[in-house]
Amino acid sequence: MKLTQRALLGATVSFALAGAALAETTITVATVNNGDMVRMQGLMDDFYAKHPDIKVEWVTLEENVLRQRVTTDIATKGGQFDVMTIGTYEVPIWGKQGWLVSLNDLPAEYDVDDLLPAMRGGLTVDGELYAAPFYGESSMVMYRTDLMEAAGLTMPEAPTWADIKTAAAAMTDKSKEQYGICLRGKAGWGENMAFLTAMSNSYGARWFDENWQPQFNSDAWKATLTDYLALMNEYGPPGASNNGFNENLSLFNQGKCGMWIDATVAASFVTGKESTVADKVGFALAPDNGLGKRGNWLWAWSLAIPAGTEKADAAKSFVAWATSKEYLEVVAGKEGWANVPPGTRTSLYENPEYQKVPFAKMTLDSINLADPTNPTVDPVPYVGVQFVAIPEFQGIATMTGQIFSAALAGSTSLEDALAQAQSVTTAEMTKAGYIK
Amino acid sequence: MARKVSNTRKTVITALAWTIGLLIFFPILWIIILGFKSEGDAIKTPFEVLFSSWTFESYHEVQERSDYFRHFMNSVIISLGSTLIALVIAIPAAWSMAFVPGRRTKDLLMWMLSTKMMPAVGVLVPMYLLFRDFGLLDSRAGLVGVLTLINLPIVVWMLYTYFKEIPGEILEAARMDGAGLKSEILYVLTPMAIPGIASTLLLNVILSWNEAFWTLQLTTSKAAPLTQFIASYSSPEGLFYAKLSAASTMAIAPILILGWFSQKQLVRGLTFGAVK
Amino acid sequence: MATAHSRTAARLMVSPAVILLLLWMIVPLGMTIYFSFLRYNLLMPGMETWAGFDNYYWFVNNPAFWPALSNTLVLVVGVLAITTIGGTLLALLLDQPMWGQGIVRILVIAPFFVMPTVSALVWKNMFMNPVNGLFAHAAKALGLQPFDFLAHAPLASIILIVAWQWLPFATLILLTALQSLDREQMDAAEMDGAGPISRFIYLTVPHLTRAVTVVILIQTIFLLSVFAEILVTTNGGPGTASTTITYLVYAQSLLSFDVGGGSAGGIIAVILANIVAIFLMRMIGKNLES
Repeated sequence: MKLTQRALLGATVSFALAGAALAETTITVATVNNGDMVRMQGLMDDFYAKHPDIKVEWVTLEENVLRQRVTTDIATKGGQFDVMTIGTYEVPIWGKQGWLVSLNDLPAEYDVDDLLPAMRGGLTVDGELYAAPFYGESSMVMYRTDLMEAAGLTMPEAPTWADIKTAAAAMTDKSKEQYGICLRGKAGWGENMAFLTAMSNSYGARWFDENWQPQFNSDAWKATLTDYLALMNEYGPPGASNNGFNENLSLFNQGKCGMWIDATVAASFVTGKESTVADKVGFALAPDNGLGKRGNWLWAWSLAIPAGTEKADAAKSFVAWATSKEYLEVVAGKEGWANVPPGTRTSLYENPEYQKVPFAKMTLDSINLADPTNPTVDPVPYVGVQFVAIPEFQGIATMTGQIFSAALAGSTSLEDALAQAQSVTTAEMTKAGYIK
Repeated sequence: MARKVSNTRKTVITALAWTIGLLIFFPILWIIILGFKSEGDAIKTPFEVLFSSWTFESYHEVQERSDYFRHFMNSVIISLGSTLIALVIAIPAAWSMAFVPGRRTKDLLMWMLSTKMMPAVGVLVPMYLLFRDFGLLDSRAGLVGVLTLINLPIVVWMLYTYFKEIPGEILEAARMDGAGLKSEILYVLTPMAIPGIASTLLLNVILSWNEAFWTLQLTTSKAAPLTQFIASYSSPEGLFYAKLSAASTMAIAPILILGWFSQKQLVRGLTFGAVK
Repeated sequence: MATAHSRTAARLMVSPAVILLLLWMIVPLGMTIYFSFLRYNLLMPGMETWAGFDNYYWFVNNPAFWPALSNTLVLVVGVLAITTIGGTLLALLLDQPMWGQGIVRILVIAPFFVMPTVSALVWKNMFMNPVNGLFAHAAKALGLQPFDFLAHAPLASIILIVAWQWLPFATLILLTALQSLDREQMDAAEMDGAGPISRFIYLTVPHLTRAVTVVILIQTIFLLSVFAEILVTTNGGPGTASTTITYLVYAQSLLSFDVGGGSAGGIIAVILANIVAIFLMRMIGKNLES
C-alpha cells in the first residue's frame, strides 16, 4: 500500500516535472516606467530567442505606485510578482528580512565580478547578492555650453557651489524663460530629499549623529538649505516646488535650464533625440564646498526575485539576461551606445566604443566618488548617500520632503522648516525606538 | 399654454450656454487634440499646437507598449459584472424597503450609505491579506466582488427611491389577480422600473469604470483594467504630454461614448428621489 | 397592506444586501481595529507588538493632523458650494429654450465620465503647469507672470479640479428636478404679477431643496474619500497645504508602511465620517422624508 502510494507520488512528481519542462513558464515582472525599462520591453525578441520556454508579462508603473505595490506585495507575501524592480534603498532592508532570493549562483558567464564595485556593494548583504543592477547612476552637473560661453564663463570639471552660483546668476534671463539652475523641489524621499541629502553631505551635514539624534538643527543643514533656497528663488524656474526628475528633464530638454544637477542617467536623454539642446550640453562633477565630499548620490534600479516565487529559475534566467553584457550589446546594436543602460559594468566603461560617448567618463567618475558607508564628513551610524537605509526613512523623509518643499514654495520660513523637520524626525525616531 | 420666447432672448441664451458648455468640455477636447500631436509640438503654445501637423505617432507608441484591448476588456467585465450582481442583490432589497417599510428602514438605508464612507486606503492591508488568503489577487472575480460591495449602497438607494414613486395600488391590483411575490416583482414591478434600473446600471458602470484605488491595488496583469493602463503613462521620463493624452483618450473614450449615447436613460432615473 | 407573510418575505429579500454589507463592513473594519492597536510596520514583519492607544496618540499628534482636518472640511464644503450653486445656475440656463440644447447638455455632463486620475493628470500638466500649461501660456500672452497654481493655491486648485468633475452630476440632478416643476403654477404666478426673482425665490427654490439635499448627501460621501486627485497633483503639499485626512492615512500606511498608524488613522477617519453622516442626516435627512 505504502509502496504503491510512493510509486504513484513519484510518478506524479516526475510527470509534473516533465510537464513543467515542456510548458511555457510565464513570469510577471514589475518595472518602473523609465526610458531604459520601456526600451527593454521592445527588445524582448532576443530573450525569447534564447529562452523560448519563458514568457514575460510586464507590469509597468509610475515610480511611486510601483514602490508601494511591490512593497505591499512582498511584505504580505502576496506572490504577485516573480521579478521586481527595486532600488538601492530597498535591497539591504529586504535582503536582511530574507525576502529576496540570493543571486550568488548566477552562471559564470554572467561575470558578476564585472559589476561596478560600488553598485555590487550596495546590493550585497552579508556576502549575498540580492539584486542585479539594471542601470546605475550617480548625480552630476549638466550644463549648457552655449549659455556658459555667452556669459564668458567656463565650467570647471570639479566645480564648487560658489562656481554654480556664479554660473546660475550669469545664465538666468527670466524674460526669455531661461533659468540658471533647475533642481528638484517636488516633495518625496526619492525626489527633493535625495537631492538635498546629497547636497547636504557636501556641506558636512548628516541626518543623524552616532546616537541617532537628528541633526536638522545643525549649522551645516542651515547652510545647505539657505543656499538651496537662494539658488532656486533667484535663478530657478517657477513651480519648482512641484518639479521632480521628470519635470526638470522636460524643462532642460526645452532649453529652459542653464544647469541641472541630477541623475547621471539623464545624460543620455538630454543629448538624445527628444532634446532641443542635445549638442550643447556639458558635464561636470557634482559640486563641493572644499570639505572633501561632493554632493553626488548613488542609486541603482535593480532586478530582484522575491523569495517564495515558484518560478525562481525562470526569473533568474530573465534577470541574468536583462543585466548581462550581451543585453548591453543588443541595445547598442539597435539604439546606439549612448542609449545603453549605464553604470553597472566595468567592461562597458573599458569599451572603446562606449568611451566615445560624451558623458561616459563623468558618469563613471561620479559613481566611483560616492561612498554609501561614509557619505559625509562626520561619521554616521547609517548606510546610504542620499538616503538612510532604515525602514523608517521613507516615512520620515516623506514628511521632511513636504516641509522643505513648503519652504521652497515660500509658505514656510527656512528656520521654521528646519525646526519642523527636526521635531518630526525626533518624534518618528522616538516612536521607532532609536532614541531612548 | 405655449410660452413665447423672443428670438433675441433665445440667441443670447444659446450663446451663453454654448460658451459655458464648451468651456466645461474644453479640457477633454484639449487632450483629444494633444493625442494627435507629436511630443515636441504638444508642449508649445496653444496657437502653435493647433496649427502643427497631425499624427498618429502617440497612438502607435501606446499600442505598441501596452495591450490596450486586454485592459479594456477587463474594465468592461469588472464594471459590468459588479453592476449586474449589485442589481440582482439590490432589487429585492429595494423592493421590500419601498413597499414593506419598517420603522428602521430609513436607518437601514442610511447605515448602508455610511459604509461607503470608510476610507479605502485605511483598509488596504487587511484587504490585501484577505485577497491573498482566498487567492483572489489579480483576479477579475475578486475585483467584481469588491466593486459590487462598494456600489451596493448607491444601487439600493437609487432603486429604493425609484420604486417608491410607483403607486402601491398597481401592486395591490396585481396581487388581487393572484400574482405571487415573485411574479409581482418580475412581471409588474420590474417593467415599470426599467428606466430607474437602466439609469442605476449606467451610473454604476461609470463609477466602477472610474474606480482607481482597488483596481490599481488588487490587480497586477491578468485582471488589470484601464486605470492601470493609465498608471504607466502618468509621469515617465522625458516629454509625455502627447502619449499621456493619447492613453487618456483611449481610457475615457468608451465610457464617454456610452454616457453620451445613453444620457437620456441616465438622466431619467438619476433623481435619487429628488423629484417630487 | 403589509401582512405578516409579506413582512417575512421582505426581511428575507433585504437580508442578502444587509448581510453582505455587514460582512464588508465588519471584516476589514475588525481587522483594521485590531491592527490599529499594534506596532506594525510592513517593512518589519514579525515584530508586531501590542501598542495600546499609541498609534492613535501619534496620529492625532501628527503636526499634519489638524491642518488635514480643516483641509478636508474646506475641500468638501468648497466643492459642495461650487457644484450646488454652479449646478443650479447651469440647470436654470439649460432649462431655457435654446438651439442645440442636447449638444450643450452632452458637453456639460462629459467631465463626469472622466477617470479622476486622468482629470488630475490633465489639469496638472496641461493646464496648471506654470511653464507649459495652458494657463501659463495665456498669462504670458497677456503679458502677465504665470501663476503657479499647485504651489501657491494647492487646495483651491484641487477644489477646482474636483468641482469640475462633480459639477455635471449636480447639474443633471437639479435639471431633472427643474423640469418637473409645475409649469402651470409658474404661469399662474406670472399672471398674478410675480416677477422672475420672486418666482425663483418662492417657487423654484423650495422645489429644488430636495434635489439639493440629494446632491449634498451623495457628493459628501464621495468627496470625503477624494484622494487620487491629491496624490497626482500635489502629494498633499507644499507642506501640509493640501493634505486631507484620507491622504494622511495614505501617507501613513503606504508611504511609511506603518500599518498600525495607518489603521488608527483609518479608524479615526471612519469616526469622523460617521459624525459628518449623522450631522448630515439630522440637517437634511428631514428633506428626504415626505
